[in-house]
Amino acid sequence: MSTLKDKLIDSTLKPKASRNSFGDHVAELGGTHPEIVVLDADLSKSTQTQHFAKKFPERFFNMGIAEANMISTAAGLAMSGYIPFAASFAAFITGRYDQIRMSVAASKANVRLVGTHAGVGIGEDGHSQMGLEDLTLMRSLPNMTVFQPGDDWDTKAFIDWSMKHDGPIYMRLTRQNLPNLKRSEGYLKAGLRPGVWSILNEEDLDSADVALLLTGGAVEPGIEAASILASKGIKPVVINANWIKPLDETLVNRLNDGRLKLIATVEDHFSVGGLGGAVAEVLTQRGASKPLERIGVTAFGQSGTPEANYEHYGFTGAKIAERILRRLG
Amino acid sequence: MSGFTWPKENISSEKSRKALRQAILEQICAAGSGHPGGSLSLVEILSSIFDGNFEHGLPKNFVPKTEGKSRINRADLSLDRDRIVLSKGHGVPALYSALSFLGYFPAAELAHLRQLGHFLQGHPDRNHYDLMEASTGSLGQGGSVALGIALGERLAFESKKISRLPRVYCLLGDGEMQEGQVWEMFMAAPKFQTGNLICVVDYNKGQIDGPVKEIMDLEPLADKLRAFRWNVHEVDGHDVNALKGALAKCRIEARGTPHAIIAHTLKGKGISFMEHPTQWHGAAPKREQLEDAIKELDGTNNSCGRILGALASKT
Repeated sequence: MSTLKDKLIDSTLKPKASRNSFGDHVAELGGTHPEIVVLDADLSKSTQTQHFAKKFPERFFNMGIAEANMISTAAGLAMSGYIPFAASFAAFITGRYDQIRMSVAASKANVRLVGTHAGVGIGEDGHSQMGLEDLTLMRSLPNMTVFQPGDDWDTKAFIDWSMKHDGPIYMRLTRQNLPNLKRSEGYLKAGLRPGVWSILNEEDLDSADVALLLTGGAVEPGIEAASILASKGIKPVVINANWIKPLDETLVNRLNDGRLKLIATVEDHFSVGGLGGAVAEVLTQRGASKPLERIGVTAFGQSGTPEANYEHYGFTGAKIAERILRRLG
Repeated sequence: MSGFTWPKENISSEKSRKALRQAILEQICAAGSGHPGGSLSLVEILSSIFDGNFEHGLPKNFVPKTEGKSRINRADLSLDRDRIVLSKGHGVPALYSALSFLGYFPAAELAHLRQLGHFLQGHPDRNHYDLMEASTGSLGQGGSVALGIALGERLAFESKKISRLPRVYCLLGDGEMQEGQVWEMFMAAPKFQTGNLICVVDYNKGQIDGPVKEIMDLEPLADKLRAFRWNVHEVDGHDVNALKGALAKCRIEARGTPHAIIAHTLKGKGISFMEHPTQWHGAAPKREQLEDAIKELDGTNNSCGRILGALASKT
């Protein structure tokens, strides 16, 4: 019997980490976009900017382990008409908050900040390397667009969209592989639009009992949770919540006005201020008529295999489903 | 209406520099807040750069803006123009004065410094006034932005998008040199051989809490910069000829050693009672003090008139 997971995930395609999707795609675009420049801070083999560096050495700047200088230098490159992608681990790049606030966001510099190695999903390297607060930080800045792709298609589509956008951007990418999502023909035809999430089982939108808003590394365990809920007779609608800013406020309000009993957000990020926080802001603006279960990380992470970490921090289908069932009562 | 006119002389002449100092003090007095000390120390540095060492990229039919609200904006300038990044953003009244002197906007606008919605913000803001090449004021970042602009302009030059290699000037404060990011930039620029980047340190020896050498000494500064593999020139930052000489030595090349000019200056330079390492860092002159300062600049010969007309008639 085919499960909901089989329906939503395309298992014919190889899972791919969004950092790899980014690295491959920006290297591809380099040929047709002479205005792209890439900066890295001695992590090009991890962030995957190495491919662009190899193809376009004259447009690649390895700034050494000096992220503050990298970010403001990227802003300067943007001010002379280039489109810089500045990459490092999410923890290290958004850790240089004042440089992002001042040189990039307040300056409206056309910079793409790329934070890879998001969340506890990175595994063994442990807490110092885990970006867990980056969405909260980036989301708070005026002028900033914040995006967390759900898979390879999302990553490429967003980078393509960004080439026509003028303004600061933060992209949050994973170290670990992400499965490929199935998208409806209608969605694919419309393409990626700012502030519009993709509803993976659109036909269930208005009849669902619970809405699962999933982002980044949490998409796969969230879909597994949805399968479990479906097998227990609870109908989920599953949403790839890739736009963090602008958020899909229209959809959040529609969920709030609909018949469902619970909205749940799932993110490999602190549960304060990220996707869950953003959704809570929208819900309370008009008056929340639905409870919100914010599933995220509440403490600094630790070493362990990615699988062990996802088990420990509650990002498995069973654990997410259990929390939702408990909340539904 | 403004009763103020800029001298019809080179921007680095003695009379012009006095007028720049008067304009700095008048605008800060009008605003009731601002940073006179670190603005006054910049006057010779800016006027030496603008007198013959700066390609403005102005349109051929350029007419100086002396009246009304009209001003030159970024879109009016050519892409291969030289750039100034004022990393020590609190010194911006000096830059505003120089830009007005050069005809970018009428002097009367200076009376609106720091007013809500006005283009003359308290620190450089490229989204309020796009002649500000970078938004600065959070110290330590402007050097890196300037490095990025220098890299971008070189890339544009080498890929033949522009036919002239622009110079990028970055004006750093001495207190600002205590920021770690400044040294990240000093380490990076020689690696990338940005021979079109010129950093000028306004070494006025004072910062908010006291003399620089007491708060966090920079010495031996010239040796440090040489050790970071920069071309280093050390000059009296109030000697226009010495500054111009140092600027002339900064040979601009697409691939070459970046240049640092250490300009020894005095905080509050030009007004006897303001020449102090800390006292006039962030204090606006009162009306009487402004009049005393202008008298000291001009003697009895008030040749420029006043930006703050109403104010002058009161005294």
